[in-house]
Amino acid sequence: MISIKNLYKSYGNIQALKDISVEIHEGELFGFIGPDGAGKTTLFRILTSLLIPDSGSARVIDLDVVNDYKKLRTQLGYMPGRFSLYQDLTVEENLNFFAGIFKTTLQENYELIKPIYHQIEPFKKRRAGDLSGGMKQKLALSCALIHKPKVLFLDEPTTGVDAVSRKEFWEMLQSLKKQGITIVVSTPYMDEAALCDRIALIQKGELLDIDKPQNIIDRYSHFLYGIKADRMYDLVNQLREHPQCLSAYLFGEYIHFASISEIDINQLKEDIVNSGIEQVEIIQLKANIEDSFMDLMAKAEK
Amino acid sequence: MKNFIIKEFLQIFRDKRSLIILFGIPIIQVLLFGFALKNEIRDVPIAILDNSKDLYSQQLITKILSSEYFILEENVQSEKAIENAFRKGKIKQLIVIENNFTENLERENRAKIQLILDASDPNTAGMINSYTSAIISNFEREINPSFAGVPMIIPETQMRYNPKLDSVFMFVPGVITIVLMLVSAMMTSISIAREKELGTMEVLLVSPIKPIQIILGKVFPYVILSFISALIILGLAFTVFEMPIVGNIPLLLAESLLFIIMALSLGIFISTAANSQQVAMLLSMFALLLPSILLSGFIFPLKNMPDIIQYIGYAMPPKWFVIIIKNIMIKGNGIGSVWKETLIILGFTVFFIGLSIKKFKIRLE
Repeated sequence: MISIKNLYKSYGNIQALKDISVEIHEGELFGFIGPDGAGKTTLFRILTSLLIPDSGSARVIDLDVVNDYKKLRTQLGYMPGRFSLYQDLTVEENLNFFAGIFKTTLQENYELIKPIYHQIEPFKKRRAGDLSGGMKQKLALSCALIHKPKVLFLDEPTTGVDAVSRKEFWEMLQSLKKQGITIVVSTPYMDEAALCDRIALIQKGELLDIDKPQNIIDRYSHFLYGIKADRMYDLVNQLREHPQCLSAYLFGEYIHFASISEIDINQLKEDIVNSGIEQVEIIQLKANIEDSFMDLMAKAEK
Repeated sequence: MKNFIIKEFLQIFRDKRSLIILFGIPIIQVLLFGFALKNEIRDVPIAILDNSKDLYSQQLITKILSSEYFILEENVQSEKAIENAFRKGKIKQLIVIENNFTENLERENRAKIQLILDASDPNTAGMINSYTSAIISNFEREINPSFAGVPMIIPETQMRYNPKLDSVFMFVPGVITIVLMLVSAMMTSISIAREKELGTMEVLLVSPIKPIQIILGKVFPYVILSFISALIILGLAFTVFEMPIVGNIPLLLAESLLFIIMALSLGIFISTAANSQQVAMLLSMFALLLPSILLSGFIFPLKNMPDIIQYIGYAMPPKWFVIIIKNIMIKGNGIGSVWKETLIILGFTVFFIGLSIKKFKIRLE
C-alpha cells in the first residue's frame, strides 16, 4: 500500500529525514510516534506529494509521490497538522467547497462521513473559526474524507485537543479503519501509540523501531520501578546518581526508574528515607511505550 | 471552479477589509483627488492698493473681481500695509495701482500696475500672474483699441478638449488607473498569500485542482468587483465633478476590463513571490503604487524626466492605460488611435499570466 525506501530530506544543514524505510499494509492503522521536530511533518509532506525527497523513493497506493503526483492527489486524504480550513466559511460551506474541488458532493459520500459529521451537523451554520478545537478536528477530518480516499494521512490530528475529544477521535479512526481505509497518523502522544496496529518510533529524522506496539514494549529488557515520595524533584536527581540507574524520569505520579539489574525494593526505600525524603512508595512497573521509546532514544544517542 | 468562485465571493463579502479596499478606497481617492488636487485658479483671495481711485482704476478692479478667478480679501490703504497684508497669509496676490492712473493712461499712454505675488507655491503664483496679466491686457484693448504700444499680434488661444482647464480632466484618468492597478493587484496577491499563510494552500495542493483553476478562481471574482469599482469612479467623475465622457463608452469599459485583467495577473505574479499577506501588501504598494503615480505621466509629465526614468516609465503598464483613457474619454477618439497602447497592455497581460502559471508552485518548499 505504502512503500518508503531509503528516504532522505534535508533543509540546508538540517537533516530532517535520514534513511527512512517503512512498509505500510492496506487497511492498517499505522502511527508515526515521536517528539516535535522528529521529522514527522516532513515525512507526511513527502508522502502527500507536497515535498520532493533528496533521495530515496516513496510509493503510495502504488503511485510514485514525485512522478505520479497528479493521480495520487485524487486518491489521498490529508489533514495537515495546522487547522487548514477556511475559518471565515461555515462548516457546511467548507464541506461543500472541498467536495467541489474533488468533484463530488456532500450527499454522495454522506454515509462515509456521517458518524463524524453527525456530531458537528448542529453547528453547520457556524463559521469554522468559531468552533472548538475538537469540533475543528472533526470538520477537518470530514473534509479530508469527503472524496472517499483510499488512504488518509493525519498529521498530529490530536495536538491541542482535549482528552475527551482525543478519545472520540481515535474511536472514529477505528471505525474508518473497519471501512477499509488505510490510515497513517502521526502523534507526539505516547499513549496513542497503543491504539495503532503498528507504529514507527521516530526521533531526529531517524527510525528507532517499527513494530506492533506490544512487541516493542515486550522487547524492553530492563528492570523498571515506579517511585513516589513527597519531594519528587529532589528524588529524581538523587535517583539519577544511583549506581544501578539507567534512567529516571518523572512520568505521571511516579518516577520511572530503570535499572540495569534487579534491585532490592526495601533496600532502595531505606536509602531514600535515610536521605531525608519521606512518604516513599516503590512498586514494580511494567514498561509502557514511553519507557521503550526513552530507552530506544538513549540507545540511539550512544 | 464554480465552487472556488463561490467560496471566493463568500470570503470577500465577509471580510470588511476587502470590501473597504474594493469600494471604499476608490470613492475616497476620487473625492480626495477631486477636491484636493485643484490646479485651476478659482476664487483666489487678493488684496488691492488703489492709489488713484479714479475711473479706469475702478473699472479695472471691477473687471478683475468680476472674473470668477479672484475675490477681494482686503483693500490696502498704504504702501506700509502691504507687508502686513501678506503676513496674514491669506492673500496670494496684491495689486498696486499707481497715482493718477486714468490721467497717465490718457495723456502718456502708459500707466503702471504692480503685481505682488506670494510665490511660496511657485506654480500657483505663475498661474495667478498670467491670469491677471491676461485680464489687464484685455482691459487695455477694451478702453482704447488704438493705444500705442499695444502689440500688433494678438494670439488667440484655444484650449482644446478641456476649454476651462479643469483639473478633473487630468486626475480622473489617473485615479482610475491607480485604483484599478492597486485594488486589483493588491487584492489578488493578498488573497493568494493568505491561503499560503493560513495553510489552506497546502490542502488545495493535495487535491486534484489544477493551478490554472486556482488562478482563474481567484481572478474571476475580482474582475467583476474591480469593474464595478471602475464604474463607481466614472460615475463619481461624471456626477460630482461634471466630467463629460466624450468617447465611446463601451470601448472605454472594454479597455478598463483589459487593464483590470492585466493588473490581476500582475497580482498573481506578485503572490507567487510573496508567502505572507504583509509581504504581498508591501510589494503591491511599493512595486505598484509609487511607480504608477510617479511614472505614469499622470501628475508629472514623463517628458521632463531623465531618459533612464522615461524608459522605466515605458515599462509601467499604467502609463499606457492613462494614454488610452485620455484619448477615449476626453478626446473622443476611437480604437484607431489607441490600438498600439491596447496591444502593449495585452502583451503585459499575457506575459504576467504566463509567468504566474510557470512560477506557480505545485509543491511546498
